[in-house]
Amino acid sequence: MKALVSVKRVVDYNVRIQVKSDGSGVVTDGVKFSVNPFDEIAMEEAVRLKEKGKVTEIIAVTIGGAKCEETLRTALAFGADRAVHVKEESEVQPLTAAQALAAVFKKEEAQLFLLGKQAIDDDANQTGQMVAALLDLPQATFASKVELEAGKATVTREVDAGLETLEIDLPAVITADLRLNEPRYLKLPDIMKAKKKPIAAFSLTDLGVTPGAGLKASKTAAPPKRSKGVVVKTVDELIAALKGKGLI
Amino acid sequence: MSKILIIGQQAEGKLSSSIAKVVSAAKLVGGDIEVAIFAKDGSGAAAEAAKLEGVTKVLQIDRAENDHGLAAIVAPQVVELAKKGYTHVFAPGTTFGKDLLPRVAAKLGAQQVSDVMAVLGPTSFDRPIYAGNAIVTVEAPAAPAVVATIRLASFQAVGSGGSAPVEKISVDVALPTHTRFVKLEAQKSERPELQSASRVVSGGRALGSSENFKVIYALADKLKAGVGASRAAVDSGYVPNDMQVGQTGKIIAPELYFAIGISGAIQHLAGIKDARTIVAINKDAEAPIFEVADFGLVGDLFTVVPELTSKL
Ligand SMILES: Cc1cc2nc3c(=O)[nH]c(=O)nc-3n(C[C@H](O)[C@H](O)[C@H](O)COP(=O)(O)OP(=O)(O)OC[C@H]3O[C@@H](n4cnc5c(N)ncnc54)[C@H](O)[C@@H]3O)c2cc1C
Repeated sequence: MKALVSVKRVVDYNVRIQVKSDGSGVVTDGVKFSVNPFDEIAMEEAVRLKEKGKVTEIIAVTIGGAKCEETLRTALAFGADRAVHVKEESEVQPLTAAQALAAVFKKEEAQLFLLGKQAIDDDANQTGQMVAALLDLPQATFASKVELEAGKATVTREVDAGLETLEIDLPAVITADLRLNEPRYLKLPDIMKAKKKPIAAFSLTDLGVTPGAGLKASKTAAPPKRSKGVVVKTVDELIAALKGKGLI
Repeated sequence: MSKILIIGQQAEGKLSSSIAKVVSAAKLVGGDIEVAIFAKDGSGAAAEAAKLEGVTKVLQIDRAENDHGLAAIVAPQVVELAKKGYTHVFAPGTTFGKDLLPRVAAKLGAQQVSDVMAVLGPTSFDRPIYAGNAIVTVEAPAAPAVVATIRLASFQAVGSGGSAPVEKISVDVALPTHTRFVKLEAQKSERPELQSASRVVSGGRALGSSENFKVIYALADKLKAGVGASRAAVDSGYVPNDMQVGQTGKIIAPELYFAIGISGAIQHLAGIKDARTIVAINKDAEAPIFEVADFGLVGDLFTVVPELTSKL
């Protein structure tokens, strides 16, 4: 069974985000980029399923500019067998991304699509669900456990009330939550091997996708800053301070 | 004029408390506000929705398949309904809404606005990006419809003095059988619900075990507070996943928040940006949590917290 895993290049989760003074976005020049952490988890899950013999081939896919080749090389080092680069230099919104990813999924005749549940840049949490909708496939979002059997998957999901378990028929779309697994550290030989693995390139047009009207961002601002409060020395002082503000 | 369709999340016959906040956001858009309840038997939830101030009509769509609110089952019905002249489709920013709404948006051909935190106009909204470290103002195309999830921590619940009519309707679409509910393991707790509690006490990795978490519960019970946790505490198995607060857990806005043995990583802070007052207890005076805390106390939580609990 073929598994497709999408990976997105995002500002590293440790970077302190700075908003540009003209309000046109956040500072990305000279900033560290990494694979979206949730996508790494999706990638790791695919590799584990392959190690268990449930998946035979893993294809990594990304959408973005030339720099995203790095992202694909990381996915290949994790254990993807080959990669697909959908080349697009301008910003791609979730529905457009989903249309492109759905087209790749169809082309590859994959059975399983693993994605991160959200990307930590736009935090939209939409793409996996949209791909599933466009392909009329089942979806299991926010997965913390995945078990594959013949023709179906049993997935445990992290929901507000606790843990929900679904059974879905394959092909299907699954989005990874944090606790699905802990991604491995990449070893140098794997990174070297990844350099030789094939990457196929397409444009959105090749995939038959024309971006429609999207959301227009008019301004990006820093959130209201919380001011630093006071440090109290004792529990009694803390109680007095909270009482003083009528909080207890 | 706007005509807004709100997906009325429900479980076991009860309307989710999130809906009163979604109605609050919808009122800022203005126009007709209709709440649709997709359930096996939605009469209880529909009656609750009908009381929410600002709601003009409640639609009750009873169907056995709707029992567990599965996205793949509910989405085709929402899509069918949404085509009937609605300008907006809103859902709460709960795991239910986040799972369901993009599936609706894609079928309608709309780009979705996630986590609306301010309504500036019928098609203009603020939403957080980068774990809330930047706020972007977006203009959404009016056609085919504005599809958005509402960030609950940003809106006050509307009152329940209304009396909108409830209409039972059927939405005729074929539903898939490829997705089946197996079970829900829900934590039953007598404590206030994390997302609506006015006080919340959270513990972090420093607690060290689920056994030690009892010092957090004891303080919470004294304060009649809900209990939360950092990701590290959940990952370590001290507490269940539904207690995680942060970028990828619950976003909360209590009057009073205690961060105990929590360092204050940006992903955790993303969940408490709207807390009115933050109290931090940490043995490391340099911990980033002190940068945002209104009141900080440097000390060992295992002595400070029991003392605080006993003196309250
Ligand atoms: C993509 C992504 C998403 C994430 N989402 C979330 C999220 O939603 N929520 C979340 O919380 N995290 C999230 N994280 C994780 C986050 O980055 C931090 O790792 C996590 O919040 C740390 O938890 P902590 O503060 O409990 O642990 P630590 O950072 O280990 O802090 C423990 C603190 O306890 C203090 N301490 C130790 N012993 C004592 C004692 N005896 N008395 C008092 N203080 C003591 C220490 O000084 C320290 O400050 C996410 C990370 C990533 C990459």
